[in-house]
Amino acid sequence: MTAPATSSRTAPGAPASGDGAPASARFRSVPRWVTPALGVGALVASAAAVVQGLVVMGPTTNQGEYSRLLVVHPPVATVSYVAFGVTAAASLLYLIPRTRARAWDQLAGASAEVGVVFTVLTLVTGSIWGHSTWGVWWTWDARLTASALLLALFLGYLALRRVPAEETVRAKRCAVAALIAVVDVPIDHYATSWWRTLHQGSSISLTQPDKHVDSAHAVGLLLGFVAMALAYAWLVTQRYRVERLEARYEEEGLSLALDARKAEGGVTAPTGPSDATGPSDATGTSGDPPVGALSGERP
Amino acid sequence: MWRDAVLVAGKDLRIEARSRVATNQVLPFAFLVLILFAFALDTDQRALTRAAAGLYWVAVLFSTLLAIQRSAAIESADGARDQLRLSGLDPAGVFLGKVAAVAVQLVALEVLLGAGVVVLYNASIRGVGLVVLTCAAATVGLAAAGTMYGALAAGLKVRETLLPLLLLPVAAPVLLAATKAWQAALDGVPADGAPWLRLLATFAVIYLTLGVLLFGSLLEES
Repeated sequence: MTAPATSSRTAPGAPASGDGAPASARFRSVPRWVTPALGVGALVASAAAVVQGLVVMGPTTNQGEYSRLLVVHPPVATVSYVAFGVTAAASLLYLIPRTRARAWDQLAGASAEVGVVFTVLTLVTGSIWGHSTWGVWWTWDARLTASALLLALFLGYLALRRVPAEETVRAKRCAVAALIAVVDVPIDHYATSWWRTLHQGSSISLTQPDKHVDSAHAVGLLLGFVAMALAYAWLVTQRYRVERLEARYEEEGLSLALDARKAEGGVTAPTGPSDATGPSDATGTSGDPPVGALSGERP
Repeated sequence: MWRDAVLVAGKDLRIEARSRVATNQVLPFAFLVLILFAFALDTDQRALTRAAAGLYWVAVLFSTLLAIQRSAAIESADGARDQLRLSGLDPAGVFLGKVAAVAVQLVALEVLLGAGVVVLYNASIRGVGLVVLTCAAATVGLAAAGTMYGALAAGLKVRETLLPLLLLPVAAPVLLAATKAWQAALDGVPADGAPWLRLLATFAVIYLTLGVLLFGSLLEES
């Protein structure tokens, strides 16, 4: 089983794509300043959203204090959709042979994990809001049901990512699973919205700017969107970096350990230094110390 | 592609006919589920009749899981997947063939389960056409989505637990739409089932298309 599989993988895969393809090299190295900048931006925007939501915005006549959830709930829900959209796009790029690169698979996984977190937040904040306005924590409303299904879909996807299997096999299957799951989202949406609808309609629309929302609430909503989008981007870059470090650890862990073992035994390993200094990407900030420490001890 | 599909479907159905797993295990399991629902609802005849459509489709969904697991297991044992690749069959044809084989088994199961629902739950079918069309659309959709996930989970160490987790959320709209369409056909106005039938047909077409496009890459590298 393994022999034909490996031979077939090198034959069509190596010339067309491979991990050293330019597609992966292009965005493999997220510049160092990007992640902290996103983090600081997310913090500032969140602080502004908190001030806007708790101080500037007043309670509304219909929903009272709970209308402040407008700053949190719709942005979180929107970002979760964006996250799964990114997962789908990255999975598609991974499946197309010309753009296949491991980085797309890593990005898909990172975005899906953050998306699941945001979906849980959506359900929790929605539950709190629902309890105040409808009187129940949960109801079989269309959007709630669709969100719960979305969560289940991507929990399955994450479970598939954790399955022990050969890297290329797992990545390819995960990409297919992500596409199947994302295609299900609009179908879920239609099915559940025909099923029943209790959820309030959209609070804001581009064609009628002041439909339900006064300007303070619109600003709060906007700040919430900015804060959540930045927080999402920050989390994804972090998670993406961890994915890359994990992959690098798996690739180099064994050769480093072997080199260290040989060094203990007094055998000079001719391939050792080239292996250890091979990865020259600048993404690994916290991953560099252990690698450097191991290779530094050897000579 | 179509010739390959017929070949693969014939092969799968012959294997099933000889091994008799579908008739000896899947079918009794489905009937058991129907009986267990009666226990859960305390043989309240009216509740059973009212819920007949939903219970029927839950039973079908559970049986689908078993049928899909069988269908994927055929290909993962004895290096059959590699032989399938060596045979030079069109992956899209292989996909359609496996979908067709699963669908044929599911249709047989649905007919028998339908008889079971009528007898055990005292359900009466008003819109026969709607019932038949719903079954056809839902079966193709379930078989297509299921065959994709069966191939996804095949050969992995945790496939038994992974498959339900992956397939059931995707199949949720089928359960919802098929139940609604059946409710309309059993004790409602059959015309109400039309939008649900359209949704089922859309689901089936989308997943058939996805499978035709993506099955090759699943077969390729595993």
